[in-house]
Amino acid sequence: MSIPPDSTALGTSKENQNGPNRRHFLYLGTAAVGAAGVAATAWPLIDSMNPASDALALATVEVNIASIQPGQMIVVTWQGKPTFIRRRTEDEIKQAQDVDLSILRDPEPDSARVQRPEWLILVGVCTHLGCVPIFDGNNLRLSDPDFGGWFCSCHGSQYDTSGRIRKGPAPYNLPVPHYSFLSESVIRIG
Amino acid sequence: MLHKSQFNNPLIQWIDTRLPIFTFIQNEYGKFQVPRNINYLWAFGAIATLSLAVLFVTGILLSMHYIANTAMAFASVDHIMRDVNYGWLLRDLHANFSSFFFAAIYIHMARSIYYGSHKNPRELLWIIGVLIFVLMIATGFLGYVLPWGQMSFWAATVITNLFSAFPGIGDSIVTWLLGGFSVDNPTLNRFYSLHFLLPFLLLAVLGLHINALHVVGCNNPTGLEPQMPQDTVSFHPYITVKDLLACCLFLIVVSVFVFFAPTYWGHPDNFIPANPLVTPSHIVPEWYYLWLYAILRAIPDKLGGTVAMFGAVLVLFVVPWLDTAKVRSLTFRPTARFFFWLLIIDITVLSFCGARSPEGVWVLLARIGTGYYFTYFLIIMPLIGLFERARLVPASLSEALSLKKAVRGAVLLLAAGGLMLSLAGHAWADPELPAHVWHQSGPFGTIDPQQAQRGFQVYKEVCSGCHALKLVPFRTLQGIGFTEDQVKTIAAQWPYLVDDEPNDEGKILKRAPRPYDRMIGPFANEKEAQATMGGSLPPDLSLIVKARHGGEDYLTAVLTGYQNPPPDGFKLIEGRYYNRYFPGHQISMPQMLQDDSVTYADGTKATVEQEAEDVATFLSFVADPTQDQRKHLGIRVIVFLLLFSGLMYLCKRVIWRDAH
Ligand code: FES
Repeated sequence: MSIPPDSTALGTSKENQNGPNRRHFLYLGTAAVGAAGVAATAWPLIDSMNPASDALALATVEVNIASIQPGQMIVVTWQGKPTFIRRRTEDEIKQAQDVDLSILRDPEPDSARVQRPEWLILVGVCTHLGCVPIFDGNNLRLSDPDFGGWFCSCHGSQYDTSGRIRKGPAPYNLPVPHYSFLSESVIRIG
Repeated sequence: MLHKSQFNNPLIQWIDTRLPIFTFIQNEYGKFQVPRNINYLWAFGAIATLSLAVLFVTGILLSMHYIANTAMAFASVDHIMRDVNYGWLLRDLHANFSSFFFAAIYIHMARSIYYGSHKNPRELLWIIGVLIFVLMIATGFLGYVLPWGQMSFWAATVITNLFSAFPGIGDSIVTWLLGGFSVDNPTLNRFYSLHFLLPFLLLAVLGLHINALHVVGCNNPTGLEPQMPQDTVSFHPYITVKDLLACCLFLIVVSVFVFFAPTYWGHPDNFIPANPLVTPSHIVPEWYYLWLYAILRAIPDKLGGTVAMFGAVLVLFVVPWLDTAKVRSLTFRPTARFFFWLLIIDITVLSFCGARSPEGVWVLLARIGTGYYFTYFLIIMPLIGLFERARLVPASLSEALSLKKAVRGAVLLLAAGGLMLSLAGHAWADPELPAHVWHQSGPFGTIDPQQAQRGFQVYKEVCSGCHALKLVPFRTLQGIGFTEDQVKTIAAQWPYLVDDEPNDEGKILKRAPRPYDRMIGPFANEKEAQATMGGSLPPDLSLIVKARHGGEDYLTAVLTGYQNPPPDGFKLIEGRYYNRYFPGHQISMPQMLQDDSVTYADGTKATVEQEAEDVATFLSFVADPTQDQRKHLGIRVIVFLLLFSGLMYLCKRVIWRDAH
């Protein structure tokens, strides 16, 4: 272990002019090194509460979408969250594309939310407080007919056929996860 | 009425007048006077407190990942080691600090007896301390059961059955303790609950211990009460800096074990999942209970042994009254000192006896040891105080300070503690195995990815036909240099399939494994394995390196240790093979590795020896995939602690210069 050259003087120096200052410096230095040690120790402890590597390994899912008909939707779990994969009808696509962006709370064109207009993929978690919205499709008459998308029964947020927030307390559109088409019939989410 | 505060800072004053917490700290640590001559043995109180704090922090984090269910407990501990970020560190810290907590407490207790710290007016302080010790014993035992390995399970069985020794109600007590008729899920659940609860009780009792200490004050090596102001120093900064320095040095010692030999104090059998149908051939408790275990087995009577074991702890409660001497410190009592050291040797010998199977000379030694233990406390201690002639005791502490005699005792006590620790750990002798040079051994050793990949090839082409790696996901292979895509391919081409999610018709079909799946073997369950393998069960290899004495050396020895025909006169059971290193020499597995069993892509010649070493390296990796990371971190931690201890030492010198 190396000792700074002037520290031996520190140990033996009489109460000269420099004494108290050097002493102060030693205390501060030791405290700083100690604090650094404690801070470095804290990281593994904190990190142990982050997702473990087995959870991270499940961070992607591959889904076969060949059997989904227009107007149908499946729900898969991705990172433990419900993820909607909807094959939209011509009407729904048109409805989503025709919206005047200026009236939207979280303006985003439909084209920015889909890779292929037919396939809408959303994380099905309401951006208000996390409930799972129900697909309404005008049939249940829970929401205004012109939105035609999802209705969150917790506090009444309404999303359109592009998953954009239209009414109610939620601040943002339903998020679109990262995904890619591995082939015509298989997508990978995450 | 507001408390009168001496603090000037307005915020501190505001709080202090309403809740005099700052005044309390100031009184207990700033003004509290401690004899200036206490030596480093007095630091073990602080060291034990530090250990307790580490156990609390790591324990609470571990509890966030642990699952107290017999079906999942073992796997959840393995998950902590394998998958949780720094989970291996939490677990190794927790396991090793519990060992060193006991070590610190043993030294702390021995010091108390040596310097007479249990005597008037510190009787209650001592009794509370023994209470802490009892809580530690209980907590340590409960915690040892949680990993649900073979040692856990059989420790739980044996210790709870101690209570059946009590006539009449014994069996009902055991049933009540277990929550069933054998150690099972209810037992594990309540042990987990109690393992969580008891440390908090211990903390409360520790509060009383410290409170009592601050009333009666610290003893010191001379055993004389300080009389003059120059006999004492204030706790802060004089003692705090000494305690901190001692804690740093202690941390260095523990770190060596945590990072370079994390399982040193443990037992390989505990890496085998609990099996209620098979008791390991040799069961021993952790080293810190060995002396008690020896006392239990020394008495050839069930009730007698149990009573003796409990009595060995309970007798400590009355030590303040068994010790009749007027003079506190053994520094001035040569005769008593002799018997004290005999006691330390006695407990060390008992620890050895506890680690051996109770046969031959060990039984005799254990009986002599037990006899002396009780004789010391019940006969020698009371009588010696009445009859011995103490050496001339200095009139005052200041006079005694010039004698400087007490130092020798301190050094001896420390040396004895260290010796006892290291010897007890070594009490299990490894079988004689040919030693190999491993790339991964030693503090700077790392797994050789090339060799581990070759080892994987051997495992895949030879071993995996019977042995699974049920705890090891394919993605682990990235740790020995396979790329993500290679791992995908390996998983997709694995000969055994896993269950898929139910399909749209609700049928569960099989699919090829993916990187996050585990390396399953050919058998769906143990029954199928036994039915196929003619009754024998090929063990899972996930933890095999940790689960056998000798680790990699043992595996290599067994894989290469076949001998055909067996030595003259050896009677081989039908369907078994003679192996020089397998316990009992009869192994069900035929010699699987031959020269050129595999063809290595890197051109290495595939001799039996080479294949065995390669596969042992691979299995060492899968048993402990974070071992390189662990050692790497360990070196940095120890360098840091050395530096910090150096600074602490300088601080200590500067601070104590004022006191002289
Ligand atoms: S959670 Fe959906 S509206 Fe509140």
